[in-house]
Formats: sequence, structure tokens, C-alpha cells
Amino acid sequence: MLCNVCKQNEAKVHLTKIVGDKMQKVDLCDECSKEKGVEDPTNFSLADTLLGQLLTPEAPAAEPEAAAEPGVKCPTCGYTQADFKKAGRFGCSDCYTTFGEGLGTMLKSMHKGTKHTGKVPAALQQSRAEAQKVKQLQKRLDKAVAEENFEEAAQLRDEIKRMK
Amino acid sequence: MTIHEFLVAPAVACQRTGPQDDIVTSSRVRLARNLRQQPFPSWAKKPDRLRVLELILPAVESLPQLDPHFATAMDELAPLDRQILVERHLISREHAAKGVGSGLVVNREESLCVMINEEDHLRMQALRPGLQIKECWQAIDALDTALEPKLDFAFSPELGYLTACPTNLGTGIRVSAMLHLPGLVLAEDITRIINAANKLGFAVRGLYGEGTEALGNVFQVSNQMTLGESEAQIIERIGKALNQIIEEEQNARQLLLEQKPKIVFNHIGRAYGILANAHTITSKETMNLLSLLRLGGELGLFEKLGRSLTDELFLLTQPAHLQKQHTEKLDAEERDTLRADMLRERLRNIPRPQVPAK
Repeated sequence: MLCNVCKQNEAKVHLTKIVGDKMQKVDLCDECSKEKGVEDPTNFSLADTLLGQLLTPEAPAAEPEAAAEPGVKCPTCGYTQADFKKAGRFGCSDCYTTFGEGLGTMLKSMHKGTKHTGKVPAALQQSRAEAQKVKQLQKRLDKAVAEENFEEAAQLRDEIKRMK
Repeated sequence: MTIHEFLVAPAVACQRTGPQDDIVTSSRVRLARNLRQQPFPSWAKKPDRLRVLELILPAVESLPQLDPHFATAMDELAPLDRQILVERHLISREHAAKGVGSGLVVNREESLCVMINEEDHLRMQALRPGLQIKECWQAIDALDTALEPKLDFAFSPELGYLTACPTNLGTGIRVSAMLHLPGLVLAEDITRIINAANKLGFAVRGLYGEGTEALGNVFQVSNQMTLGESEAQIIERIGKALNQIIEEEQNARQLLLEQKPKIVFNHIGRAYGILANAHTITSKETMNLLSLLRLGGELGLFEKLGRSLTDELFLLTQPAHLQKQHTEKLDAEERDTLRADMLRERLRNIPRPQVPAK
């Protein structure tokens, strides 16, 4: 693996940074890492700066923060990140998808957890239960086929068809 | 019919009783819901808000749980009537300030009240006298379930019910109780209680919620976290905290009587003296003194003073309720005089406080 900076020497220092659900990696050779001041790769704040310097100009599209730039508008309601910063509220329910990046940290500071564990609308609950059942039937079907139990397999296939 | 004709008179409303209503004046559970694909009220333009109101209002009005009910667009309500609804804790001050595109549905018992296009498309609340947060939750849960097939709620399996403000995300639930805590205030112990409640993740606010003073020693305690816990867990947790505060208030009253009886009797005696004899009095002073009168009644200092009377006066002496009893427009000074007149008249047959025999 070659160094990302000089692209000549073998990389010896590997930095990994995870932003949201995306992983960024930088590989440096001994010389370049010293030149950039990376003496302790576990020093994350330093690693952050370095990764920022290295990655932003080269691959701006891969930078997840780009999604949260003020230019991004919610396709449903036209709300922007700047509007959210000002008001502390969203423009519509789809904004939670549009501006979903980095939401976890904010929610963690506000709430007991970041996953909903309360009431679920009945219609959704039902479809969720049905999906679960189809999954189970599919499993049994696979097993029946594997066991060459074709009579049962046909029955299961019809049942799945009915549910879908 | 006007909202004023529809709602029962304060004298009747204040007869309602509930568990532990010597300290808990009322309980409330509010749910926030929004429609999919529609801008939230504060971001929506007027036509958007009107469209949402037209979708929600008939759906809410069709619910049998709300019968008989009063429904109105907020811009059709006179400012005075809106203020009356705030004083009765039926709508928020924010909702009272809303105009075209916002609405309200309230049932006659004042036990269910739905605000349309407040901060969220729907803010539905169940109210009960005394400590009844579980009953409130059951009532509002049923109302919400009944609305589900009629409206397309914005819901994500991961984040729950999607709300305008991320602080309400998930369950969208706000459980609250109004607590009358004169003992803890007199014992100068209230700050410790507020801090302890805050540490547990509960907000303690004044009489009219966010950003208001604790007039009349009335405090509103509510949950702040809405995501990561189920409704039942939230109710369980706040229920425990409320019971603890109730116990603290009872202890504070007991301790004051044992250790500083003169201070307590002095406060109550002076409160009676002023309320029964003043010729001009502000709303704020009235609320603070009525709180002491209520305490006196509960400590057995007044034989003929029921809780319903202090509660009724607490409501009737507030600016909008007072104005409603008079046809001519009153300024603040005139209100202070008429308030004092009413208090003297209503307290005429209440003998002055008697210190209970040891």
C-alpha cells in the first residue's frame, strides 16, 4: 500500500476516521507522517485535522458534511440547515431524513436514547407482524425445498403468495 | 354558541375532585402528532396551514370520545376568549397567539382538548383533576388510536412520531402535573426540589408553563425526554418523582407547623386579612395570597372554607375571567378595584382563621 501523500513509499501509518456511517482512511509513509506531525496515531484530534486537510480537497463528494451544507434544501418543504440552526425546529417530517446526518449526537444529548421504543401506529404494527410472518414462512419453505418435501413447499408457497 | 356558553362555569368546574388534589391541582398528558408530507405549522404558509386544518378538524370532530364538543378556528375567537382558555389551562399561550389556520376542539368536561396547528399539526391533551397521569394517558392514547385510521401521521420506526422540535421526538408525549407547594416555598426548600427534579430529567415551570412565574406557589412538573423510553416508562418515572415531591410537601407542612407555627399562622392570617378587606388588589398578589388561604383551609384553620372556593376565586380573579364578568372594557386599575370588591363579597361569610387547639 502506497502513501497517500507522496504516493511513492510504502505506507506505515494508517489513520481511520468514522463520520456518521462512512469510514475515511489515510495511509502515510514514515516520512510523510513525521512531516505532517503525526507521532501518535491515537491522537484523534490531530488525526481529524490531518484527515480534513488531506481528504477535503481531493474528494469533496465523499465528505459527509457536504450533505449538511447550507445549500441543501429539504426536497419536500425547502427547509435548509441554516433555518434549523436559527429556529431549532424542522420544516416538515421529511427533514429528519434530509438532515439526518449528525442528528444522533443531538438526540443523545436531549433524550434517554436515540431509538423509539414507544407506541407504534396500529397499521404499521400489523404490517410489521405480517412481514415477520412472511419471513418465517419463507424460512420453512427453504427448508422444505432443501428436504425435497415438495408437497409442503407448494402449500407454503401458496400461503406466502396470499399474504403478499 | 360561544365557547363561554359551552364551557361549564368556574364554580362548577372547581367542584371536580381527584386523588391527592390537596397538592396536585391537575394532571395532563399531551401527545404531539404531525401529518406526513406537510410543512410543520411554523414553516407552513397560510394556505398550507389552512389545508392541514381542513384535513384535521373534521377527523377530530368525528370522534365520539369528544362528544359534546366545541370546535373553532382560532381567528374566530375573540382575544378575551382565548385568554380565558389560557387561564383555564386548556390552550398554551403560544396557541392563543395563533391566527388563521389554527384550530381548537374541546369537550364540555374540559377533559380532552385538541390544538390544531400549534407548534405541531396536532397537540392533543387529556386533563384530569388531582393526580391521574395514568388515566390521562389512557384517555389520550385511545383518542390517538381512534384518529390513526383517519389521518396519515408522520412516523418512523427508528425515530417514532416526527415532531417540529426534536425535543418532542419519539413518543411526542409530555406528562405533567400542577403542584401547589406553599409548604416547600415557606420552608425555603423549593430550590432543592426543583434542582433534584431537573437532575432526573424533569422540567419545573410556572403556572402557565414555559417561561412563566410560579404564581400562587403553583409549579408545573413535566418530563423532558421523549425518545428512548416508552410512554409507560415515562409515566412510571414521573409518577415516582411526583409522589416524592408530594411527600416532601406534606413533610414541609408538618415540619413548619411543629417548628415555626407562628410564621405559618402569621402568613395565613395576613393573607385572609388582605383578601377579605382590600379595596384594590392586583392579580398577582391575589394568587399568592389565595395560595396561603388554600393552605390554611388544608391545615384546618378555616372551618367554612372549602378548596372549591379558593380554586374558583383563583380562576375568577385572573384578568380575562374578571373582564368577562363585566360588559364594559376595564383597565388594570379598574380590574384591581373590582377584584377586591369580589373578594370581599365572596369572603364575607368566611370567619377569620382560628389556630387549631393543640
